Amino acid sequence: MPTDPETQPSFEAAFAQLQSIIAKLEEAELPLEEALRLYEEGKRLTAICAGILDNAQLRVSALNDADTNAVQPDGERE
Amino acid sequence: MDAFDLNAPLVFSVTTLNNYLRELLETDEVLQDLWVRGEISNFSQPRSGHLYFTLKDSEAQIRCVMWKNSALRLRFSPADGMQVEAHGAMSVYPAQGQVQLYLDALRPAGEGALYQEFLRLKARLEAEGLFDAARKRPLPSLPRHIGVLTSATGAALQDILHTLSRRLPILRVTVAPSPVQGIEAPPGIITALRQLNQIPDLDLIILARGGGSIEDLWAFNDENVARAIFNSRVPVISGVGHETDFTIADFVADLRAPTPTAAAELATPVTAQELSLSVRAASEELNTRLANLLNSARQSLALAQAELRRGSPRAAVQNALQRLDELHARLERLMRAQLEARKIHLDNSLRHLSALSPQAVLQRGYAIVTDQLSGALISRAAQTRPGQALQLQLQDGLISAQVSATPTGVPNHANRP
Repeated sequence: MPTDPETQPSFEAAFAQLQSIIAKLEEAELPLEEALRLYEEGKRLTAICAGILDNAQLRVSALNDADTNAVQPDGERE
Repeated sequence: MDAFDLNAPLVFSVTTLNNYLRELLETDEVLQDLWVRGEISNFSQPRSGHLYFTLKDSEAQIRCVMWKNSALRLRFSPADGMQVEAHGAMSVYPAQGQVQLYLDALRPAGEGALYQEFLRLKARLEAEGLFDAARKRPLPSLPRHIGVLTSATGAALQDILHTLSRRLPILRVTVAPSPVQGIEAPPGIITALRQLNQIPDLDLIILARGGGSIEDLWAFNDENVARAIFNSRVPVISGVGHETDFTIADFVADLRAPTPTAAAELATPVTAQELSLSVRAASEELNTRLANLLNSARQSLALAQAELRRGSPRAAVQNALQRLDELHARLERLMRAQLEARKIHLDNSLRHLSALSPQAVLQRGYAIVTDQLSGALISRAAQTRPGQALQLQLQDGLISAQVSATPTGVPNHANRP
């Protein structure tokens, strides 16, 4: 199923979050309960990232043709 | 009659003159199919799309017109100062009495003329700093939104979209179509660049065109196109023509790719496949870190348990019990020793006692004397009287005896005959 760009976080955002969680898990002072919560969140983000990559389809749109044709040669020149 | 003078001069109207002249020009075979070489000046291209300019050399000049339908077929952008060869037919523009050349073809003059023009422009823009390496912007390693500026109908667009889709399908792509050859190409490219720059989140622009002749690529050697690339807020990758083609656009662009496909590849240095590997690695890292945390938590727990054991009453109780066992053992040892000592003492006492017993005395030769009748112990002679039956206990038995004399009972004894 293609991902919905409106509701789905971007790959970059999800991956950045995942990496910050991994960094946090390295802190020695982390309470175990918090670590487990971060781990669950990390697993969830991993699934999101993999899902985005697996389901991605290039989203192509074009600028309005009418705009492109409304070129004003005189205006572009000196 | 002098009303009709055969020698009087013929007077034309202006219109008749211009028509006559036009007829003259348009019936001349040479003037209807000719090539002229010269330098362009006073070039203008109004909105109508027709081209107007003057061709000149050092001695003379002539007005030229090229209608839009011919101008659209041009493979380069004419400009003032350019040496060209023009093909067309001579005629008159009656409204101004202007003799002019109506062109249907235009080409850069002479072999290498375009290349000379290219070199001149390149040197000028280079001197101005448009190609400076220092001003080239770094390209995003993971772009999200890429603009593709090329012909809507060219193979280059399909090549680029195919490559982007294969390498990084999470991308958003905005196609800005523009003519990429002919006289409409430079203004089209400039407008498309401006429109793409208005997209706030655009990370990168690919400016591309498939291979073609040097004339085909001429829009990418246009000075205004070069300046538009230079002024682009969004970094530009150029991918024009083939590997061997270098255009001014390539020099100004932040990165030059040899082909449109290569431009799409350079635009996506990190592929979705590599991202997948990164995600997998991150997932494993996540597992490792949690495992490490759990291990260290377990170790801490073990340490804490050991600590707890050391301080717990259970240990104290166990210690006390052990001490108690030790004391108990010691007590038993002492008791046994005491009993042993008492027993020895008792034995001694018993021995001593037995030495004092009558029996022991009897064994030493004494006898216990009792009255045979009363059983009373006789310890004094005075207790006896002659004739009294006594019992003597010796060490090995009793014997009976009779008192024959007593110290006081001698008479008794004397009484006897």
